[in-house]
Parts: sequence; C-alpha cells; structure tokens
Amino acid sequence: MSGLNKAAARRLRSNPAAVFALYAMLALAALALLGPWLNPNSIEALDWLHVATRPGLQGAHWFGTDRLGRDLFMRTLAGARVSIGVGLVASVVSLVVGLSFGAIAGYRGGRIDHLMLRMIEILSGLPLIFFVIVLTVVFGRNEYLLFVSIGAVGWLTMARIVRGQTLSIRRREYIEAAVASGASASRIIVKHVIPNLIGPVIVYATLSVPQIILFESFLSFLGLGVQEPHASLGTLIAEGAGEMESAPWILLVPGGVLALLLLCLNLFGDGLRDALDVKES
Amino acid sequence: MFRYFLSRLTGAIPTLFIIVTATFFLMRAAPGGPFDQEQALPPEIMANLESAYGLDRPIWTQFGRYLGALAHGDFGPSFKYKDFTVTELIRQGFPVTLELGLIALSLALSIGIPAGIFAALHHNSAADYATMSLAVLGLAIPTFVVLPFLGLLFGIYLHWLPIAGWEPGSIRHLALPTVALALPPLAYIARLTRGSMLEVLRSEFIRTAFAKGLPLRTVILRHALRPALVPVASYLVPAVASIMTGSLVVESIAGLPGIGRYLVQGALNRDYTLVLGMVIIYSTLLIGMGLLVDLLYAWLDPRVRP
Amino acid sequence: MIPTLRIDDLSVSFPRQGAAIAAVQNVSLEIAPSECVGIIGESGSGKTQVFMAAMGLLSKNAAASGSICFEGGELMRADAAALNRVRGSKLTMIFQDPMTSLAPHLAIGTQLAEVLVCHSGLSWRDAWSSAGRMLGRVRVPDPERRLRQYPHELSGGMRQRVMIGMSLLCEPTLVIADEPTSALDVTVQAQLIELLRAMRHEFGMALALISHDLGVVAGLADRILVMYAGRIVESARAAEIFSHARHPYTAEMLKCVPTLSGPRLARLPTLAGQPPQAGEISEGCAFAPRCPRVAARCRSERPLLTAAGAASVACHFPLPA
Repeated sequence: MSGLNKAAARRLRSNPAAVFALYAMLALAALALLGPWLNPNSIEALDWLHVATRPGLQGAHWFGTDRLGRDLFMRTLAGARVSIGVGLVASVVSLVVGLSFGAIAGYRGGRIDHLMLRMIEILSGLPLIFFVIVLTVVFGRNEYLLFVSIGAVGWLTMARIVRGQTLSIRRREYIEAAVASGASASRIIVKHVIPNLIGPVIVYATLSVPQIILFESFLSFLGLGVQEPHASLGTLIAEGAGEMESAPWILLVPGGVLALLLLCLNLFGDGLRDALDVKES
Repeated sequence: MFRYFLSRLTGAIPTLFIIVTATFFLMRAAPGGPFDQEQALPPEIMANLESAYGLDRPIWTQFGRYLGALAHGDFGPSFKYKDFTVTELIRQGFPVTLELGLIALSLALSIGIPAGIFAALHHNSAADYATMSLAVLGLAIPTFVVLPFLGLLFGIYLHWLPIAGWEPGSIRHLALPTVALALPPLAYIARLTRGSMLEVLRSEFIRTAFAKGLPLRTVILRHALRPALVPVASYLVPAVASIMTGSLVVESIAGLPGIGRYLVQGALNRDYTLVLGMVIIYSTLLIGMGLLVDLLYAWLDPRVRP
Repeated sequence: MIPTLRIDDLSVSFPRQGAAIAAVQNVSLEIAPSECVGIIGESGSGKTQVFMAAMGLLSKNAAASGSICFEGGELMRADAAALNRVRGSKLTMIFQDPMTSLAPHLAIGTQLAEVLVCHSGLSWRDAWSSAGRMLGRVRVPDPERRLRQYPHELSGGMRQRVMIGMSLLCEPTLVIADEPTSALDVTVQAQLIELLRAMRHEFGMALALISHDLGVVAGLADRILVMYAGRIVESARAAEIFSHARHPYTAEMLKCVPTLSGPRLARLPTLAGQPPQAGEISEGCAFAPRCPRVAARCRSERPLLTAAGAASVACHFPLPA
C-alpha cells in the first residue's frame, strides 16, 4: 500500500515547515472550538462602554472591539470556526463528487470516459466563479447553498486527478494480469485501485481545504456568503476594511488569522505532497 | 497555422453561446425581477415598465431578441442604471479594469518567471528556500487581506501612496491594487517555473548545450527557457481567471471605477442585461486568452504545430 | 610532442547515503593527435564518466581528482569561461541518443550556427551558411531545407549526422563519441561508422570512441582501452587485442562476439555473473569473481596496469601474447 506509511510519516516529520503548520493549525482549531470557555465575553454582547477599543491584555477585550463594541477575540474565533467548518464540509462534498466521478470515468474508460472528460473540460473552461455568484444570487443568500456551490467548483480538479490515476493504474500489467485471472471488478477496485489512489487523494483533499476557505471568505467578503448575525473571517475582514484608517485592528485581527490559517494549510498540504511523493500535475 | 487558428476561433463560438444561454435562463429562473422595490409598485406601472423592456413577451421571444441585438454588438439597456445602456456602462468601466488586469498580469509574469529561474539555478540553497517560502506566502494570503494590509502600511503609516481612489492616467493610484492582484499568480508562476526549469535542466539537450561551450546565459535563455515555459503557458488562462476574480474585490476596496462591481451589483439587482453583458465580456476574455495560449504552445514547442 | 588529451590519475566519485562511491579510479590515458582510441566496457564501467570529466559535464554532486590536460592546458580546475573556450570548438562531444540530445524547440540551423557565432565570432548570416555547408559534408541531403527544420522532422540517423556535423564545425582536434550508434538501427549504424571514418580523413582530428560494442570500435580504432569497474584493465593496438587479448576479461568478452567465419554455435556464449557494483570491491582484482583464471593472489592484491610487450595489462596472470 502506497498510503500514509512509515517512510512517508518520517519524511513529513523531518519537514519543519509542515510540522510547525500542523501544530499551529491544531492550536488554531482548538482555540476556535474552545474559545467560548476561555474568554468571558460573549459573541453578540455589545459593550457600549468600549466601542472600538484597541487590543490589549489588560482590558476586558484582548483583541479589542469593533464599532458596536463586540469583542473581536470572540468574533474572530467564531469566524474561524465558521470558515474551518465550511472548508471541511465543502471539501468532503467535492471529495465525494470528484472521487466518484473520476473513478467511474477512469475505470470504465472508452466512450463513457471520453464523454465525462469532455464535461470536465467544458466546465473548467468556463469562468465558474461568475456562475457561483449568479447561482448564489438566484437561489438567495443561503448558507447551505454556499457549501454546494463551493463544492461544485472544487470537485473538477479532484475528478481529473482521480480519473488520471485510475486510468494509469488500470493500464498497468499487474491489473491486466488480475483481470486475466478472473478477478472481479469490485475486487480489483478494492484491492488495487483504491490503495493506489489514497496518496494523491489525501494530498489534493488537503490542498483543496485552503482553496475552499479562501473562496468562502471571498464570497463572504463580497456579501454573498455567510450573513449577519453569523460571521466568517471573510465578513469580518470586509467590516475591518471599512474601518482601516481609524481602527486598523478590526481588519488586522481577522486578516491575520485567515492568513495564518491558509498559510498553515498550504504548508501542511505541500509537506504531505512531498512526503507521499505525489507529482504536481 | 492561420487556418488552425481560424478553426479554433469558430470553435469558440458554440462555447460562448452555451454560456450566454445558461446565464440567460438561470437569471430568469431566479425569483424576483429588476423592478422589485421595498414598496411594491402599482401593477399598472409595473406592467408599463415590463412592456417597455419587453419583459412581458414570451421568454423565447426575449431570448431571440437579445441574441439578435447581441449580433450587432448591442448588449441592451440596463434595467437598474436607467439612463445607460450596458454597452455604455462597459465602455466606461472596462478600460480601468483592463489596465488593472494587464499591469497585474505583466507584473506576475515579469517577476514570477525570473524568480522561478533564480530559485531553480540555486536549487536547494538558502536563496531557493527563501524564494519558495515567499511564494507560499503569496499564494496563501488572499488578495482582500493583502490589499488592506498594503494600504495600511504604504498609505496610512508611510503616506507614500493613496489607498483608494482613481485619477485617469495615475499610476500611483493603481500601484497597490495591481501589486495585490498580481501576488497570487506571481507566486504560482514562480513555483511552476522553478519546477519545470529544474526538470528541463536535467534533460540531455541541456547537456549538449553545455558541451557546445555556450555561456550559462545562453544555455538558460535560448535552450532551457522555452521548454520550461510550457506549464506557465498552460497556467495563463487560470491566471487571467484569478486576476478577474481578484479584480472584483480589489476594485471595490480601492474604489476604482472598473466593471468589477457590476457583476455582483447587477446580479443582486436582477439587472439581467448587465449581468449577461459582464459574463460575455469575461468569457470572451478567457476564451481569447485560451486562443493566445494555443499560439504560444506552437511557439514554445514546434512539435505541437499542426 | 604534446598529446591531444592527457589524463593523469583521474578518480571520480559520487556521494550515496553518506559514503563516496567511486565510479572512476586512478585512470591515466593519452590520446595522440589524429589518433583514434576505442574505449570498451560494460555499462557502469566508468568509461563515459572519464570523458564527462574531461568535458566538465560531471553532475554537480560528483567529486573528481587528478589531472586532465587538453593540448597542454589543464581542464580540471579551469573556470567556466576557460572551459567554454575549448569545449564545443576544439574539444567536442557526440552523445548517444540523437532523439533527446538536440533541443526540440530550436531549428537545426540555429543549433549549428550558434556554435560558430559563439566560438568563431561569425555573424548569424555567415554562420548559417557555414552550417549548411557542414550539413552537406556530413552527407545530409538538401541541407538548405534541413536548416530550417526542427529535430522531430528528421530521422534518427539524420539527427546523428547533424550531431556529428555540429561537433566538427570549429575543426576540433579531439571528438569524443559516446556510443554514437547504439540508439540506431543496424543499417544506419554502419553508415554512421563509415561517416566517422570519412570525417577522420577529412578533418584529421583525434577520436575517442566510447562503446560497449566491440564491433563498432573494431573497424575504426587504432588503439583500444578496456575498462572494468572504473579502471583500465588493458590497453593495446586494435589488431593486437583482437588476435591476442592479454586480460582474461577482454578474452572472455571477445568470445561473446559472433563471427561469420567461426563455427556455428547453438548458443552464443555469455559472460557469467554481474560486474561489481561501484564501490563494492575494495581489495584485489575486481574481475576475480568472474575470472576463469582466478588464483588466491587475485583476491588479496590488486594488479596494476603494467607494460607487457607492446600492450599494457592489469592482471597477475595475463594470457600469453
């Protein structure tokens, strides 16, 4: 099995950037989940005595407050929780769709594969971001729809990779030998195709999480994504960008957290790719 | 070559048609219309408005009329900006968006490619790691975080550059938006160039070039660069798409009078013709870039010449 | 008389898992002006690395020691600029695979002309017409049209002719040909060997012909060096080697060459066993494990290359002359 074996784990551990990214990510995720118990301030409470206060550890608001006196530490953690959640859910959606689509195309081959590949090609040739914007507007600013439309964009790359891998595995001689010796299709898929797919799929699924988080915050920044009273990092950044001159921390806090989160996810994904020796296509 | 190009050009028309059709009907399927307001208009005014814009006709008639006008280069009237046609709106804003995008793309290419070559030539050295770490940073941090950060640093603290606004012909106003817009594709191009350069440098014809006694400069520029640029050429269409996407937020943050805002605004306002016009403009740009890339492939690698 | 190429005590090693693995060990050789020397050995014997070192083309992680003098000038510690004055003009190389050794994106004419532009300071226009004349001399039909074509539009044999022509542009004094025909059809091989012979007459350069194929070297070489496991084991005049091989390895190798005059064999003999991995044998003769004449001394004491009559041989018990 070419999956996450010992050698790969050792290579991953010897990559300081990836290790740092992993710990930073875990810390950030734990903070986002446990945040509500760490700080007495609630997310929605409006502290009219401390409107737009600067960050400081002495005061009640560690990361300062926004224009309405809401605690930025709490809001940023809540935003991170939403962003991470959307990222994970949409990644799973795109993983499932991409994996099934790609595996069927690659395993069936022939005309079905040709047709499915053409579909991927046409879809990825279109400016999908604009369609997502149009879709989001058409069906209203619905947060569930957000997952779907983001997943709809994300699965194309995964499908392409899975198809290519499946096709190349299927053409290998040992699979032909297995077919010749009468092994059933399901047995071949379970025994040979899936184990060979695990590496690239893990890598691309990991690398798709930051892309999806980025995309979600982009939509939220434009006002098309997560809606008030909920906040994702994108909406917080949009708010902060408006207050940049008078209260820069309203921008800097969520912006810094988003940047750190995306950087860590990318570094970890890159490290995983190198460790599992998956070719960048 | 010319005939090949012509056939690709005609092949692009069905793609564009599919995009226009899909957008047209998707928009119409959406609940609500362009004249919905907080307080509903009296029915007779509504009917007047709808008949004035032809919205009372059967949808296929509307679609046919739209296509007919489009064939003459007429995008139709805007439903929301009532004194303007879509063509006028685009004509006003497009030069700004185009200038922004072109500068960003040139920046990404003219810095990304040399950075990638530099890293490849210093493979596994501190310089290589430094360049690639910067690239990960550029790739990871979103445009709408970078631009406000840059504005804060260069505009508010250092007072070097304006953080927002627009004056015709002013490069200073475009400096921060273009840099923010260029960073992600720049970083990606640097990574691509480094990877493919390393691969090309290992190939046998590069060994031949060194055996011929050519100076390093010539080996890199004449023998290695063109084959190494093939993956960069493949990335050009996604790069343009990424710059277009980025320009939506960059224009709004920096207050540039481009066409970026019309897409989101138009969609929210159910301004059918405006959204269609925008989608057509952007799709045409992307398809055109795709054609350009095909020509580029032929120059980079004579084996793919038809 | 100054030899065209003189290599003294050359060793080349590559790092692998912390240790240095020797690919070439203490090789010394000389090539006289206009001489054709054949270098014979199995793949991995280090024969190519010796000349890669001479061309300054060793991979970056290689460590080399010793001396390489070309026409009296030391190349071993020469900087890139000094090296580039010689290689490609007076010292040139032809590679094995003409499919991958030419740049796919440059016209044949460009790849030829740039040598003259770089070394002889010709204008592109003059270099281009010289390149066309050179293609004619290496028997490429319709040279003017070929100049404007790209490598993928030429057959393998034609491409190797282009490579040969490229190596001759600046009238070199030494051409190194590394398995120049191995990647090609047998009929094309014969034509190219013939071309190399003709070019030697026409240009009078020395030729180092590297091959694993005795048949290729037989007709061209004046002198033959046999390499085994990174060392030269025998050096003799070509005629001498074929009639009276002294080293058991050479003799065994000759037995494996089919001949038309000899008896028909049911099965071609092959050399039993594998050559040692680089760095595997530290003492004694590297050929001992496969040698039919092996004795106890061969396993403990390494034989040195010593003169034996007109030839030199590195063997404790050479075959009689």
